[in-house]
Amino acid sequence: MHDFHVGIEHITRVEGHGNIIIDVKEGKIRELRMDIVESPRFFEAMALGRSYKEVAHITSRICGICAVTHTTTSIKAIEAALGFKPSTQTIKLRKLLLNAEFIQSHILHVYFLTAPDFFRVGSVFGMVKDNKKVVLRGMRIKTIANELCALVGGRHIHPITLKIGCFSKNPESKDLAAFKKKIEDLGPDIEETVKFFKSLKTPEFERETEYISLTNPDEYALYDGNIKSSDNGEILPSDYLDTVKEFMVAHSTSKHAKSNRDSYMVGALARFNNNYDQLHSKAKEVAEELGLKHPCYNSYMNNIAQVVETVHCFEDCIRLIDDLISSDLKDEKIELIAKSGHGVGATEAPRGTLYHEHKLDDNGKITYANYIIPTGQNLANIQNDLRTLVPDILDQPRDDIILNIEMLVRAYDPCISCATHLMKVKFVNE
Amino acid sequence: MTKPRVAFFSFSSCEGCQLVVLTIEEQLLELVNLIDIVSFREAMSEKSEDYDIVFVEGSITTTSEIERIKKIRNTAKVIIALGACATIGGVNCLKNQFEMEKVKDIVYGEKAGDYETIPARPIEAVIKVDYWIQGCPIDKDEFIEVTKALLLGKKPRIPEYPVCVECQMRENVCLFEKGMVCMGPVTRAGCKAICPTYNDGCTGCRGLIDDPNLSSHKNLLSEHGLTVDEAISQYMLFGGNSKEKYE
Repeated sequence: MHDFHVGIEHITRVEGHGNIIIDVKEGKIRELRMDIVESPRFFEAMALGRSYKEVAHITSRICGICAVTHTTTSIKAIEAALGFKPSTQTIKLRKLLLNAEFIQSHILHVYFLTAPDFFRVGSVFGMVKDNKKVVLRGMRIKTIANELCALVGGRHIHPITLKIGCFSKNPESKDLAAFKKKIEDLGPDIEETVKFFKSLKTPEFERETEYISLTNPDEYALYDGNIKSSDNGEILPSDYLDTVKEFMVAHSTSKHAKSNRDSYMVGALARFNNNYDQLHSKAKEVAEELGLKHPCYNSYMNNIAQVVETVHCFEDCIRLIDDLISSDLKDEKIELIAKSGHGVGATEAPRGTLYHEHKLDDNGKITYANYIIPTGQNLANIQNDLRTLVPDILDQPRDDIILNIEMLVRAYDPCISCATHLMKVKFVNE
Repeated sequence: MTKPRVAFFSFSSCEGCQLVVLTIEEQLLELVNLIDIVSFREAMSEKSEDYDIVFVEGSITTTSEIERIKKIRNTAKVIIALGACATIGGVNCLKNQFEMEKVKDIVYGEKAGDYETIPARPIEAVIKVDYWIQGCPIDKDEFIEVTKALLLGKKPRIPEYPVCVECQMRENVCLFEKGMVCMGPVTRAGCKAICPTYNDGCTGCRGLIDDPNLSSHKNLLSEHGLTVDEAISQYMLFGGNSKEKYE
């Protein structure tokens, strides 16, 4: 097919609204772009004038899926501005909560949003008839992660207990111990998950790009670390604007970003490529089983990297629960004093590195806010991937071309209401 | 009996309330036996313009969203506003404190002219709404209750008492006694007082009860060190659609 025109309008099974427009004439791409048509929400304006104590209530609402990461990052930026360092216990609880969010987000994506593509059905509901066992297994794993989020955060969407300085209420040790058992009991489901994803054939594709994630000498970086570019090495989170260069494009309400090259990738595959050595040994085994070799330049494999991270996060949850129980959880109370300051928080969200920056006046009121969202950082890279992919698949039937395009975009797990909103493929008639 | 055709639509929001719907999980599969979900973009590719019951998440923040919600109203038999953004405006209304030109300038700078936005509003500011499921996010048990009632042709029961009632039922120590501030006395219940239970003040995400005693609540806030402006700012965090009602 040398002429190919497609507009995928409001691409489905992603979070938010976006369109893909592709126009190929005589085998050459005349136009290829992803329109972000989500209504912008202007969070950087919403936060202005609000107290530092309540800004995390606002920023949590950027995204329902990764509310824990937004809240955590917001709090870290405020703590940096106030010069406050939280206790080891608080950091461990935050890491536990973050792991739980990674698991629920990754499982939601790989089981419910991407798996239907492999069965050529429109949704997970369409999988129920022939693959109910698979759907129920995904739900069991996700339910455990949701419950762990609720145990530590009070509820799994928009956490309550996660506060500046400490947790407003700690989980009980006995409940944590019970959760460790629940996670261990999930073993067979995790094994079946690996078998299931091994049975699905990930499309072949290769395009090396710049990979950016946090990195930390002590662990596989999710909660904090320096910013690492596979091209340029490490910089401090406070210097994030030296790496993340945002720019606006006319067809998108989400800003795009570039760094050393004209695009870069963030998310599970970027973390896998940058920090592979620090993955838990069980996660490395799963990577090998699933054919994910380090380094990997197939963006479709981001799904598989999410499965690998799920295994890593479960192992990390067990380690953190053991640590927290053995050190006896103490109620903490922090007296915060408002003052002026300026701070940056950087955390890995399930979809990639998230940055929040805040400036405070003497009364602790927000005078400046900047939030840089993973999906926005990936948009330029998704377009570059599509430019490489599309010419190579033009010989396929039209439906297959569209499926391949959608699957590639979906592999990034785009979250458009975070980045404003992302996708649908709409047909452009000649 | 033909199954009711149910659609989920999202406007300006974090889509977290639809995620709550997805977390009812196994019960969702049972629900799918009783209804036909014909549109739910966050979870499925199929879509349809033919529906009976519509759940709407999100606020109205652009002129195109006004047109879209009106079209939905013309087709739907029943519309349920899902979550604070749809029911009371939610955090989206915080931008309304500024002129829209300024809001665009803050986020998009010199490219501000490329973007369109209007002051955020709940959906009932544009169309007639039949039922409301409050909260940021919604409570999944309440979602199930309301949906069940609708399927049985009954009117869903919405609590007419404040969060304090549920908080007392859970035998929580009042946060005001701990020296904290709380919106519980004037906020509609139905969340099982989840925030105070986790030792955090209610933020008013479920909107005001029908007949709130605001002056008494403001006095209470002032006894706990809040200025009038700070008190109003508390009410505006989620319910910022109209400042006048708090003054």
